Amino acid sequence: MIPLLIYVAIFVGAFFAVKFIVRRTQPRDFTSLKTVTFGDESAVRADRWASIISVVALFVLWGMFTGSALLPKFLHMPGPFVGDTSFAYTAEGPAGTDDAVVTVRVHPVDQKPDAPEVDPGDGFAKNDSVLIGAWRSGLILWDKNDEAKRKADGAKIIAIDGKPISAGERVRTANGTVAITDKGTINFTPAKGMQMEPIWLPSPEAVWARFIDLTQEGYQNFTVLEHLGWSLFRVVVGFFFGALIGIPLGYAMGLSNWFRGWFDPIVEFMRPVPPLALIPLVIIWFGIEEDAKIILLFLAALWIMAIAARAGVSGVNISKVHAAYSLGASKWQVMRYVIVPNSLPEIFTGARVAMGVCWGTVVAAELVAAEKGAGMMIMVASRFNLTDIVIVGIILIGVIGYGIDILMRQAERFLVPWKGRA
Amino acid sequence: MSDLVIDNISMRFDLPNGDYVQALQDVSLTLQSGELMSVLGPSGCGKTTLLNIVAGFLAPTSGEIRLNGDRVEGPAAERGMVFQQGALFEWMSVRDNVGFGPKMKGAPKAESRETVDHLLDVVGLQDFKEKMVYELSGGMQQRVALARCLANDPDVILMDEPLGALDALTREKMQGLVLKLWKETGKTIILITHSVEEALLLGERLLVMAPRPGRIHKEYRLPFADLGVGKDLREVKTHPDYGPKREEILSMIWDMEEEIMGRTEEAGA
Repeated sequence: MIPLLIYVAIFVGAFFAVKFIVRRTQPRDFTSLKTVTFGDESAVRADRWASIISVVALFVLWGMFTGSALLPKFLHMPGPFVGDTSFAYTAEGPAGTDDAVVTVRVHPVDQKPDAPEVDPGDGFAKNDSVLIGAWRSGLILWDKNDEAKRKADGAKIIAIDGKPISAGERVRTANGTVAITDKGTINFTPAKGMQMEPIWLPSPEAVWARFIDLTQEGYQNFTVLEHLGWSLFRVVVGFFFGALIGIPLGYAMGLSNWFRGWFDPIVEFMRPVPPLALIPLVIIWFGIEEDAKIILLFLAALWIMAIAARAGVSGVNISKVHAAYSLGASKWQVMRYVIVPNSLPEIFTGARVAMGVCWGTVVAAELVAAEKGAGMMIMVASRFNLTDIVIVGIILIGVIGYGIDILMRQAERFLVPWKGRA
Repeated sequence: MSDLVIDNISMRFDLPNGDYVQALQDVSLTLQSGELMSVLGPSGCGKTTLLNIVAGFLAPTSGEIRLNGDRVEGPAAERGMVFQQGALFEWMSVRDNVGFGPKMKGAPKAESRETVDHLLDVVGLQDFKEKMVYELSGGMQQRVALARCLANDPDVILMDEPLGALDALTREKMQGLVLKLWKETGKTIILITHSVEEALLLGERLLVMAPRPGRIHKEYRLPFADLGVGKDLREVKTHPDYGPKREEILSMIWDMEEEIMGRTEEAGA
C-alpha cells in the first residue's frame, strides 16, 4: 500500500513539475493545450520526460524499499532494527514476583556476532542475553537460568516492561514485539521496518552483482548468456522451420481451393490451441531434449505464419493482378512479382507475432522441463529462493523479447517500406 | 486490319439465390485502329463488365471479342489496361513499374530502359524515375499507370475511369495528356468515364449505354477530341456544338437514372 502511494505521489509530482518547467520554455497556444487535438488518438505522443521519470521512479522505489546503496540514506524506508535492545519481564514464581532484563543483540543475518555479556542480577529471575537475526524472531527460554522453572515450579511471566501480559498476548517494546507463547516462553520479534528482506527482494545493486557473477560463474553449469543463448537458439530454429513450412502452406491455402479446403479445418482448429497446452504432449512424445523444444516452437510459429501468408495472398488488390496479366505476365510471374511482394507486409506482421509467441512459449517450456535455458534458470533458482537470479532472469527475458520486437520492426521498415502506404 | 470487334456479347451473372443479373445483352460494335471511344452510362449499365470482357478478365456468356481477327482468350499484353487507382506495384520504383511489361516479355534491359526513360519524359515524370510510387501524388501515379501501359506497346488501351479519383485541376491536365498520347501513339483507346464533359472532350466516338439489361443506347461521332489535341481544353468547351451536345447527353443519362430510381421505388413499394 505504501509503495503504491509513493508511486502515485511521484507520478502526480513529476507531472506538475514537468508541466511547470515546460510552460516556462514553450509557447502556450491552443494546439499545445490540446484544445483542438483532444480526442485525436494519433495526436498523442509519448512524453519523453514521463517515460524517463517512470523508469527512474521504478528503480527509486525498488532502492527505497531495499535500502539500496545507490540511493542517499535519507530516501531509504526505515530498515529493520539492528543493534542491542532490551526489555524487562516480570516473572511470578513460588517465591513471589521478580524482574529481569533480556538483552537482545539483533544482527544482520549474514553476520554472527557473540551474544552480549550480561550480569545475572538478583532475585530468582536472572537476566538473559540472546542473539536474533534481523527480520527474524527468536524464542527466549527465559527460565533456563532462573531459579524458578516453568514446568517444575509453575513460573510464568505476568508483565513485560511493566505492562501485564498472559499467554497468547503480545506487547510492543522499544524495538520490537514480545509475545508469550502457549508454553509460556517469550517470542521476541525485533522491529522489521519497511524494507524488504533481500531473500524476497534484493536491492538493485545486489541483482546487478548477481548478474555479473552469473556471466562469469554461471548457474546450473551454464553462464546466464549461455542460458539465454540456448533459449534464443530454440526460438530462432523453431520459428525458422515454422516459417519455412507455414508460409508456403499459407500461400497454397490462399491460391488453391483444394489446399484451402484440406487445411482449413486443421489450421482453424490448431490456431486457438495455446502452444503451452501442447507442452505435455510434446514431452510425452519427444521428451525434454532440444528436438522437443524446437518441435513445440515450430508448432507455435507454424499456424501464425500460415494464417499471415494466407491473409497476405487474399489481401491482394485484384486490379494489381489484372494489371500484371494485361501487361503480359504469366501465372508464375504474377506470383513472383505481385502476390509474393504484396503479401510481405502481412507476413512481417505475422512474423512479429510469431516471434513474440515463440519467446513466451520457450520460457514456459523451459519452466516445465529443461537442462538449460532462461526459463530453467529462473525455475531452479526459485526453488532455492535465489530471488536475485529470478529477477535477473526476468529482466533479461523482457529485454530480449523487447529487443526481438525492435529488430523485427527495423527489418520491416527496411524490407517492406511500402507497408501501410498502398 | 487491326480492328477490335465486339461481336454480340452477352453477359449474365448468376446470383447465389438462383436469380441472375443480365449485365450485357447483345452488345456489338467495331473499333477501327486508332479510334478513341469514350463510354458513358448510369451505374449498372455494364460498362466496366464490357471492359473486363475486352481485357479478357471475364469470359462472356455468349459472343466473342476479336482483335486483328484473333479471338480473345484471356488477358494479354496486346490489350493494356489503366485502372482507376491502386493498380500500381508499390514495392517497385516508378522506373520498375513502367518497365514491368518489357521485363515480363524478357526484353533486353538496355532497350527497355530506353523505352522507360522516354515514356517517363513524355508523361512529365523525368524527375521522379527513382521514387517509390507511394511517394507520388494521385495525378503522378496515374501518369505512371499510363506510361506503364504504353511501355508494353499494346494495340488497344482500356481505361476504366482512369481520372475518376483526381481533383478537378489535375484531371483537366491529364485529359490533355491522354489526348496528346492518343494522337502521338495512334493507339485504339476505350475510355470509361462518369463525367459527361470528359466523355465529350476525349471521345472521338461516344457510346451511351443503358442499364438492365446493359446495352448500347446511342452512339455519337464528335469533333471535339480532334479539336482538343494540343490545345487548351477550355477553348474546346466554347465550341457552339459543345453546350447543346452536353445538355442532350446529360438529360439522356438523367432520364435513365430516374427510370432506375422509379423502378427501385416500385420494387420497394
